[in-house]
Amino acid sequence: MLNISGLNQGIVIDHIKAGGAMKIYEYLNLEKFDCQVAIIKNARSSKMGKKDIIKIEGNLDIDINVLGVLDHHITINVIKDNQIVGKHTLELPETVTNIIKCRNPRCITSIEPEIPHTFKLTDRKRRIYRCVYCESKFKGN
Amino acid sequence: MRHLISPSDLSVDELDRILKLGQSIMKNPEKYSHICDGKKLATLFYEPSTRTRLSFEAAMLNLGGKVLGFSSADSSSAAKGESVADTIRIISSYADICAMRHPKEGAPAVAAMYSKIPVINAGDGGHNHPTQTLTDLITIKTLMGRLDNMTIGMCGDLKFGRTVHSLINTMVRYNNVRFILISPRELKIPDYLRQEVLEEGNIDYIETNELEKYMPELDILYMTRVQKERFFNEEDYIRLKDSFILDTTKMKYAKKDMYILHPLPRVNEIAAEIDSDPRAVYFKQAEYGVYVRMALILTLLNY
Repeated sequence: MLNISGLNQGIVIDHIKAGGAMKIYEYLNLEKFDCQVAIIKNARSSKMGKKDIIKIEGNLDIDINVLGVLDHHITINVIKDNQIVGKHTLELPETVTNIIKCRNPRCITSIEPEIPHTFKLTDRKRRIYRCVYCESKFKGN
Repeated sequence: MRHLISPSDLSVDELDRILKLGQSIMKNPEKYSHICDGKKLATLFYEPSTRTRLSFEAAMLNLGGKVLGFSSADSSSAAKGESVADTIRIISSYADICAMRHPKEGAPAVAAMYSKIPVINAGDGGHNHPTQTLTDLITIKTLMGRLDNMTIGMCGDLKFGRTVHSLINTMVRYNNVRFILISPRELKIPDYLRQEVLEEGNIDYIETNELEKYMPELDILYMTRVQKERFFNEEDYIRLKDSFILDTTKMKYAKKDMYILHPLPRVNEIAAEIDSDPRAVYFKQAEYGVYVRMALILTLLNY
């Protein structure tokens, strides 16, 4: 078993679908932050079989709710003084822009790259986001 | 300022007002013949169209206005790579209202975001075609006197047929409308329509590939063409294009007062022998389309 030391202060993005950590890393632009980041891929999970985890040391000013759009399995633990002080369930935002891309080859966004990729939450219960232009469903993780 | 991008942009009350205005224009076109004097309609057609473009142009001319525009992407700046946003910014200063057809889905929605004039979606890819829906509604309302309590058969390409999607989305808002969805397996309605519109709304519907079996139940039969331009693979098109052909033999199963609608153009899904059947109303439907577009132009220009 691989050992990664615990965090003193920071967040743990847990229950990422196996293979999805790099996508989250890129979306959060973590390469730009001067903080320690550990990416754990294919960690064993009783619930998911395999999962990815990202541990981020320090204070980050990021909107974590959008992570729920990318992967609804994700849970967030906030760590302070080596203790979990908060567990966040992700609230799905009403709209998201330039986080996910419309993959419909017939959508106007497929030929005009300047158009922002905006999606609207059309069904909260079933976590369905639709492109505001062509109404195609985002097929997430 | 209002745009018409999707049929759901209009409430049932607004739809009823537009249909009533369309019927009033139908009865007395002279009364409306100068109401848009000095106004201009731009028709921005990035994809070929005969009926819809000419219907819009006829509508504006009938109202006393003028028209300008282009009828293919090749003859516009789109061929040079101009974006929809830039095109509409310019057209906004040339015209008072515009109708846009585009092969890409959502293009009129993008235009509406940057436009200073009302934008009417005249068809965007396989997505929406709200003025065809208005045309279908005014036809049904005028001929049957109602939009509720009926069984509508939709036949042909229900997957890519934008007129079908728009009409289902609109008709579910009226009481006790039942759908018989007749298509080959490959051209069934998209999942989102089935799950989020029909099932979510507890709408009574049947999916089948048997036209004759359900024909006796229909009040309206809405035929559609299998559209070659929507297929990425020509083999699939050739295999599916003649799935349903309406002829006199099949019409024997239909009610005496059933109406056949078709958004046109027709290829061979309705045999020419049907044209003389009084139940075939697709040419009348195209005529009604002008009146309802006149009513829509007046509504969006706040007359």
